[in-house]
Amino acid sequence: MSAIYVLIGVSIPIAAAFLIAFLWSAKSGQYDDDYTPSLRMLRDDEVKQDQTDNQTEKS
Amino acid sequence: MSNSFVDKKQVCYHCGDVCNQRVLFDEKLFCCDGCKAVYELLKDHELCNYYSPGEHPGVSPKLKNFSGRFDYLNDPLVSDKLLQFKSENLAIVVFDLPQMHCSSCVYLLEHLYKLNQGVAESRTDFLKKTITIHFNPAQTGLRELVELLATLGYEPLLNLRDLDSRPQAKSFNKRVYRIAVAGFCFANIMLLSFPEYFHINHFGDASMQRVFSWLNLLLAMPVLLFSGSEFFITAWQGIRAKVLNIDFGLALSITITFSRSVYEIVSGTGAGYLDSMSGIIFFMLIGRYFQDKTHYNLQFDRNYKSFFPISVLIRKPDGSESSVALPQLKVGDTMVIHSQELIPADSKCLDEGAMIDYSFVTGESTPIRIHKGEIIYAGGKQTGPIIACEMLRDVSQSYLTDLWNKDTFKLERNREESFVQKLGRNFTFFLLLLSVGSFFYWLPVDSARGINALTTVLIVACPCALLLSATFTQGAMMRIFSKAKAYLRNARILDSIASVDHIVLDKTGTLTNQVQSVHFNGTELNEHELTLIFSLARQSHHPLSRGLADKLSFCSPQSVQLFNEIPGKGITGVVNGYTIRMGSHAWIAGSTDYQGTQSAVYVELNGKLLGYFEFRKQLRTGIREVIAKLKKKYTVSVLSGDNDSERSELESIFGKDVEMNFFQSPHQKLEYVKSLQNKGHKVLMIGDGLNDSGALQQSDAGISITDDVNNFSPACDAILEGREFEKLPSMIRLAQVSKRIIQMSFVISLLYNMVGLSFAVQGALSPVVAAILMPLSSITIILFTTGLSWIAYHLLFRNAAISTVVRA
Repeated sequence: MSAIYVLIGVSIPIAAAFLIAFLWSAKSGQYDDDYTPSLRMLRDDEVKQDQTDNQTEKS
Repeated sequence: MSNSFVDKKQVCYHCGDVCNQRVLFDEKLFCCDGCKAVYELLKDHELCNYYSPGEHPGVSPKLKNFSGRFDYLNDPLVSDKLLQFKSENLAIVVFDLPQMHCSSCVYLLEHLYKLNQGVAESRTDFLKKTITIHFNPAQTGLRELVELLATLGYEPLLNLRDLDSRPQAKSFNKRVYRIAVAGFCFANIMLLSFPEYFHINHFGDASMQRVFSWLNLLLAMPVLLFSGSEFFITAWQGIRAKVLNIDFGLALSITITFSRSVYEIVSGTGAGYLDSMSGIIFFMLIGRYFQDKTHYNLQFDRNYKSFFPISVLIRKPDGSESSVALPQLKVGDTMVIHSQELIPADSKCLDEGAMIDYSFVTGESTPIRIHKGEIIYAGGKQTGPIIACEMLRDVSQSYLTDLWNKDTFKLERNREESFVQKLGRNFTFFLLLLSVGSFFYWLPVDSARGINALTTVLIVACPCALLLSATFTQGAMMRIFSKAKAYLRNARILDSIASVDHIVLDKTGTLTNQVQSVHFNGTELNEHELTLIFSLARQSHHPLSRGLADKLSFCSPQSVQLFNEIPGKGITGVVNGYTIRMGSHAWIAGSTDYQGTQSAVYVELNGKLLGYFEFRKQLRTGIREVIAKLKKKYTVSVLSGDNDSERSELESIFGKDVEMNFFQSPHQKLEYVKSLQNKGHKVLMIGDGLNDSGALQQSDAGISITDDVNNFSPACDAILEGREFEKLPSMIRLAQVSKRIIQMSFVISLLYNMVGLSFAVQGALSPVVAAILMPLSSITIILFTTGLSWIAYHLLFRNAAISTVVRA
């Protein structure tokens, strides 16, 4: 039954890591507006020169 | 709404409106030069993806020519106030764009960088209808940005209040962190408690149980200290204010549970009740999060500044015109006011033709004719053609703001304790009695059991049940009301609305809507005469002429000779040989002592006076049924700032037993509400204008009716869209139903509590029973309250919805 100590000892830190990841991602502000992305994705960005524009813009 | 039978070719490619004048460009049809210009702009910058889905997403730009209109934005004093952030290379500004309505808008607005090199990034928030623009102030300025947005059809909504620093709206609810932590710990604690529940300790390791208990304790710490902190803080604030609010009962319960568990775990005598404690904190936080829904794009707290425009057109001594921010105006400046624009400050009228609509300020429904040299007060709206006026007093010293700043308008709303608070407090007392009682009962027999009973009673039957019922019901109701186009400021208003017994209604703008109806007084007009009048009226751009022409548009127009328009007096012309004159009483009938309505249009045909047209605002649809329903349960009265010319018409709808007061000043309206309250009544006030502000503040619940949610509405508890006025009785009923639902679900939770209490008073409550009861009762309450709220909505509103569809 000592196996269970090992299991718990490993799984709780892993679960805690997921919790921290969630808190960190919520803090980054990406969930502040959860509606507009649904509209934004309806348009494709144009290819070619637009892509390079986007890359410099999104920095 | 275009149906498929409409020839698609006749519709503007940009905005979808029917084309009255055909503008052709690039093989596409546009309704005006403005739309064509936007299309050109987008095509040049390869943004035609805007038009992809085949719909016509464009917003028709109403102004083609902005010259000078946004000049005030060049003034650094103004622009600095509007910016959120400014440094050498980066400035950030947030604009309200209520015209945003689809994904194409989002696409275009986020590609502003293609249209203006100075823009680094622009991001929209669709629900809030805002855009945040990051730009380089060295390359472009606010004026260019606003002009660009206006060209595209998205002119930002700016008013005087924006010059006060814009509050940073906290969009993200910090409670999410607390919920996440509480949920994580709750689930893990329950998992680690499984051996305890199922008595799986025959693996011999008593130490295993000890390890698990300590782990539980460790997991419970963040829940208590971080997630549960808000309950302790609120309880403590209540104690300091000498009030025992409902959070106190909750905090007490949590503390006792935790202490008892700590004692058991440290002394090794048991496993504690940490699963129940963390569970209840988790569910309570979810309820609170759900309840605190905010309407981001609506402002319930308005002061007079959001009523005024941010800038005004000034005519300089050399004749040129430029726009200047309102605070920079000086006494003596000449302001140029266009039709439908607001007068921002008390001023002297310099032109003829001023027809000022004070309906928002005083409640008078018909515009007043102001002659050259007379005073026009701030807050009025010009309904005639362009006039110039000279500023007499500062904006902040106008009659209007003086009215606003009177102490009576700045009341602190003292709300009575809601019934939930009262119930919660009584329940806590009862529980305390019960637990202390059972302690003393067991004391002589078995003191251990006594202590057990003392604590477990408070563990299992905390007032959480009541809190959960209230938060979830109110949260569901807030959303339901939004769906019915009534926007509540917060959930506590529900209780206020439910408990009113007297309803006070304003007249102008509340009972009446924007639509005009025209009546003719005088000798009966035949069709020929109407045709003549119509032909003459459509020659003029004056609002009264246009209104008349709209109503008579069934006539076929004849040609008019010798047409002449004299500002401030009227129009004249010859149609089919008949000489017609239409205009003010003074000009047509000649007498100067005129007592009737100012906006009457007198008609003279070949020298003979036929009579006059009168313009009145129409009453809202369905008003008879609404008043009839309201009168069944409540006392109703009407307060109006207007004259009593419509008394008989109103009496036919309201009945002679309803009190109606006219010529009410804003202060008188407030006093009326106060006097009702002194007699012990609970008053619901429904109004729409600045003249209702005091009464709305003073009343127990204030609803502001608006036909355009982007427009100013005075400080109120709820905003109701004018079209939904018919739903008013259903809404009051729904608020009362929500109170019933809370009570019913409380009873259900009491049943659960009784089961648990029966164990607890015997001193025999095991953690497993508590751990099962708590989530079970919580989830039942959540489902019950939310489900019943939506059922109530469908039952109360479905009938109304069907009847509106049938009528349409």
